[in-house]
Amino acid sequence: MVTHKKRERFWFFLFVFPALISFFIVVIIPFLIGIGYSFVSWDGLSMNPVKFVGMDNYARLFTDVRFGESAQHTVIFTFLSVILINVLGLVLALLVTSRLKVTTIARTMFFMPNLIGGLILGYIWKFILSDAFKAIGTQSGLTGVFFNWLLHPTAALMALVVVITWQMAGYVMIIYITGIQSVPEEVMEAATIDGAGPWRKFFTIELPLIMPSVTICTFYSLSNCFKIYDINLSLTGGGPGTSTEMFAMNIFNEIFSYNNYGYGQAKAILFFLLIAVVAITQVSLTKRREVQL
Amino acid sequence: MTAMTTRKTVRRVILSTLLLLLGLAFLFPLYIMLINSLKNRAELYMSPVALPMGMLWGNYAEAARKMDFMRALGNSLFITIVSVVFIVIFSSMCAWMIARKNDKLSKLVYFIFVATMLIPFQTLMMPLVQMMKWSRQTLGVPVLNTYGGIIFMYIGFGMSLAVFLFHGFVKGIPLSLEEAATLDGCSRGGVFWRIVFPMLKPTIVTVIILDIIWIWNDYLLPSLVLNNKALRTIPLSTSSFFGVFTIQWNQAMAGLTMAIIPVIIFYFCAQKYIIKGVAAGAVK
Repeated sequence: MVTHKKRERFWFFLFVFPALISFFIVVIIPFLIGIGYSFVSWDGLSMNPVKFVGMDNYARLFTDVRFGESAQHTVIFTFLSVILINVLGLVLALLVTSRLKVTTIARTMFFMPNLIGGLILGYIWKFILSDAFKAIGTQSGLTGVFFNWLLHPTAALMALVVVITWQMAGYVMIIYITGIQSVPEEVMEAATIDGAGPWRKFFTIELPLIMPSVTICTFYSLSNCFKIYDINLSLTGGGPGTSTEMFAMNIFNEIFSYNNYGYGQAKAILFFLLIAVVAITQVSLTKRREVQL
Repeated sequence: MTAMTTRKTVRRVILSTLLLLLGLAFLFPLYIMLINSLKNRAELYMSPVALPMGMLWGNYAEAARKMDFMRALGNSLFITIVSVVFIVIFSSMCAWMIARKNDKLSKLVYFIFVATMLIPFQTLMMPLVQMMKWSRQTLGVPVLNTYGGIIFMYIGFGMSLAVFLFHGFVKGIPLSLEEAATLDGCSRGGVFWRIVFPMLKPTIVTVIILDIIWIWNDYLLPSLVLNNKALRTIPLSTSSFFGVFTIQWNQAMAGLTMAIIPVIIFYFCAQKYIIKGVAAGAVK
């Protein structure tokens, strides 16, 4: 009996250990060390002293204008992007679940940008929104729309919204398709017989029934937009000036460009807390709107 | 009657055409990239939207040389494939064991994996860099600038989601087959590899797809771990291409096109699985 128990334990650890150990070394330990770093002042050089400063780093966050601005950019960007991504994604999903023959090809096309990394997408759009737009503007005279977007603070932020929407709409489309296909045919037919028009059918029947997909898609797009880095780096690099610098980039710069290791890490910890709070709030809010058949 | 069917057909054709046009509009940025990769500089600025007058394949040769493209492609392939194989093996083993055991310890392990999914990479990156330095200086184990180092990190970062997905799937398969195998004298390891692992196929495909997309396109982690030019992945060589040279957009577009080609090939080979995998990964 004892040997059996021992053998069981052996198998348990043999199976769980590789996953757990790699995960601990890469996620848990750095996370804990990171909390520790957020209470010190240090420039990252091993010959220089690590000074304990308590909560000073966190207190400093509230008077950091640039960090506050990056928070503002992140919030505006995320708000606009999440709405656009989900509206466009849902519209695309409704289009490609109709009984047309071309829907498979259309799905492939809409999903394509998702496979290409954010860094590369950013570079492609960088050309379009700066030099190509400028050239088109000068030639066509439509300089109100076609100018170098990346030189203008507001336009550059909108450029980021455009690119992330283009990338992610196809992804949430896939999730919405699954939701739409799970709406029972009979319910929709019954509504048609009862004389409901397409808009009415969509808003009163289909939309409430696909709320679980809405929960997933808003969660996914929200947390992705909040953490955006690659596209930010390659499309605008935070510019012009620091007018499009988001949270993730601000943290990276604080640590690795300005060598404020402790202070930057305090930002990183706050960033984690923000993400946790926002994500949990959003999920509990949209979950309440889900209905059961 | 016939009038109605014709009207229906006409409507269908119009809708289909509109949908395809919308799809093409969606891919317009890629068209811009492609056509401008074949122009010379003057032509590119003169008419950025028009088809190229000639085919300047030299742009591609030049970009490939500057990016050291073949090497970057090899690095990306190697790192992605090895990481994904290990993620699948380790996470499926762990998820199966904790799902079947389901005691307090297993529940704790599962909870830790799931709860930490909210931690963004930015929160971990600085301590990770410090640990890499420490491991080389104190332990003598090189992590920075090694394939092993970055692969190990991808395995660690990939665990949460993969364990979560496998755990959900294992919960749904009946125990009877496993019990029968045990009665026939199969060891725990035997049960897993011969009976369970093959049954996990749908989730294995999902995990492979999601992790390939993630690791292949990841920029931030390799930028911290791989400073050595010889180890650069495709995103790294792309960004250095843009950083070092004053931008020659025609060559840059050729470089970007090359960087995208492997992804497009992958998409057309595994399209069905990709769409399914993404849907399954998100819904769970």
